[in-house]
Amino acid sequence: MDLNFTQEYVDFRDQVRGFLDTHKDQAPAQGDRSVRSKKRLAWQKILLENGYAARTFPSEYGGYGAEPDALKARIIAEEFARAKMPGGISGQGINMLVPTLLELGTDEQKAKYIRPTLEGEMVWCQGYSEPGAGSDLASLRTAAVVDGDDFVINGQKIWTSTAQFADMMFCLVRTEPDAPKHQGISYILIDMKTPGIEVRPLMTMTGFAEFNEVFFTDVRVPVTSIVGNRGEGWMVANATLTHERGMLGDPDAALSRLRQVADIMQNEQVDGATLMDNQVFRDRLLQLQGEAYAMKMNGMRLTTAASEKKSAGMAGLLVKLQGCELNHQIAELAIDVMGEYGMLFEDSPFIRDKGMWQTAYMFDLGLIIGGGSAQIQKNIISERGLGMPREPKPAPGAFKAN
Amino acid sequence: MHFGLNEDQTMLQDSVRRYLEDASELEAVRGFAEGDMSLANNLQDGLLELGVPFVLLPEALNGQILGGLGMGVLEAALIQEQLGRHVAPSGFAATYGMAVIGLREAGDEDWLSQIASGAAVMGVGMTEATGGREGAGLTLKGDKVSGRATFVMGAENATHFLLTTGEQLVVVERGAAGVSETALTMIDKTRHTVTLDLDNAAAHLVTGNNHAEAQSRMIDAGRVLLAADSLGAAAMMLEKAVDYAKDREQFNRPIASFQAVKHMCAEMAAKLEPCRSLVWYAAYAQDNVPDEAPLMSRLAKSHMSEVGKFVARTSTEVHGGMGFTDLLGLHYWFKRIGANRQLLGGPQAVREEAAKLQGFVA
Repeated sequence: MDLNFTQEYVDFRDQVRGFLDTHKDQAPAQGDRSVRSKKRLAWQKILLENGYAARTFPSEYGGYGAEPDALKARIIAEEFARAKMPGGISGQGINMLVPTLLELGTDEQKAKYIRPTLEGEMVWCQGYSEPGAGSDLASLRTAAVVDGDDFVINGQKIWTSTAQFADMMFCLVRTEPDAPKHQGISYILIDMKTPGIEVRPLMTMTGFAEFNEVFFTDVRVPVTSIVGNRGEGWMVANATLTHERGMLGDPDAALSRLRQVADIMQNEQVDGATLMDNQVFRDRLLQLQGEAYAMKMNGMRLTTAASEKKSAGMAGLLVKLQGCELNHQIAELAIDVMGEYGMLFEDSPFIRDKGMWQTAYMFDLGLIIGGGSAQIQKNIISERGLGMPREPKPAPGAFKAN
Repeated sequence: MHFGLNEDQTMLQDSVRRYLEDASELEAVRGFAEGDMSLANNLQDGLLELGVPFVLLPEALNGQILGGLGMGVLEAALIQEQLGRHVAPSGFAATYGMAVIGLREAGDEDWLSQIASGAAVMGVGMTEATGGREGAGLTLKGDKVSGRATFVMGAENATHFLLTTGEQLVVVERGAAGVSETALTMIDKTRHTVTLDLDNAAAHLVTGNNHAEAQSRMIDAGRVLLAADSLGAAAMMLEKAVDYAKDREQFNRPIASFQAVKHMCAEMAAKLEPCRSLVWYAAYAQDNVPDEAPLMSRLAKSHMSEVGKFVARTSTEVHGGMGFTDLLGLHYWFKRIGANRQLLGGPQAVREEAAKLQGFVA
């Protein structure tokens, strides 16, 4: 246990701070998530040139070509957060597709897609989930049939975020209908401008359409759009899932959200006493603080494991389950302490923090469900982390309703 | 930057674990719980052979050679975690944790050398400094001390007790004139605590004049050690639950294959594993991050208390009816975790202290 940074990292931190100092004016606003804004694209270019985006991707495809170094990645994240300046563009293209292409794509695919994706010019969406294939993703039914030099695709995807902006989709389709379900899937790249694709916004309980449904009717894409071989799509997709799980969150994020709740509690009053004077609220705040520090330290442990290229085991497996739950509980406390003001929403007069807590409370529930539900996470933790057996498969049709 | 144990720390923990696996078997723990002192005495000797009492002792203090290892609270916490894991009847947290830290911070090399030589084994009474009840507390007149000290820890093998009047640390000898002792029957029978009633007992005043600070450091470290003890005990309860579920069959399959059971185990693991990082950091902070040490101690103690209670209850449930029996002995861990929750301040009281530290409340 030694939490001091060696000189190399002290110098690196200085270097990041120097960069942020001299580039303040070029950074877009921190919350700016608009796709293809000129300012964001220009900022992405500056970050790529200086190694603060796509840091470890090969330079021949537009990355910076640095050796993976989890400590430097953490220092970059910390310093950008401290300066309240936005980091590079993230998204499923950069986080999931690019690592997959680097591992399994053809030279042509790499040359065509990686650089514009890293530069933010080419936006991707992920076509995995279907109405009938959620936790049991491998049962997906969107079909791709070879006809001449094309795949012809029919079916439907759901939960497709950014589909309304996306140029391209990386998509799982069933190409071998007679093979066992995991072996009948292929991973293909689809131009979203292809005729026969319809994107419909999917409104959620938050009042925003964070997701879409995507419908395919006789959509033709060239057979060369496949990544890996036919029937190997499950393996190809799992290569990206590994990358997704490999992403490290900001260990201080929950604590800074909690600090915001503490600010509300110290500043707002009921009958002349602050909310912080209420011992029940205060105790809940402190309970969450203990949990948030535990998760922060767990995150530090993950950083060390990553920097030593070791598996963090259980400490890594639990992050999605515990992290999403913690964030949800922080938003819950914020709303509870607000009393009646906690029920205000959207552009209501007197609303606190522009309604961010109400949105967070609902959106965080979405995160508990999405990306591998809490129950699936518990299966993963018990099976991979604790070595407990899988639930035996019932005989086909055993649970069919009469 | 390395967040985790180094090789020496891992080796230290492994050696204590290997020793306790044999020495503190469940049957021996049962014996102690039923009043046979031999396990506590064996552990006192066995841990001495491993050098465990010397972990926090300085090499030298005020020119006096003490021969200690001069390690930190983190190393002590790693030892304590193993003691908790094996529900070992040892007063280590008090006798070689809190007492050594208090005397070291106060600068009393004489009592430390008594500890180093084995002449003194010092139980610790700090309960009143964390919230006295029923008017308990000590007053000092000259070199005589009177009053009551409750829930004095480390009584298993203590020859002396390190106590506080609030401002002054004093040492009294066990069994001396004016020192009367009431053994407490705790739900946790793997450790002994006592209540002391002092009536003009001879008080050896600890040297130095920064006793308030020394006392705070003792309590902060003591709470971290109790958290470490619960961490070890809870980790063992989780392992036992998983092993039992893999072994126990109902409906022609191991109950470990039922999601209802798997999810209980997953919840225990998901809550418990981050506690390990929090306990490590809180322990590390005691010696390396003084600004954060008091807060981290309180958060580690209170958070581990909550997670410990959850694991103790859930593991017992996974064991079904057997978990409720005396046959498996699982209840020794359950009760150990329960006692750690109450000692040196329950979670609500400790969180309130943490709120005060941060200026959330006057």
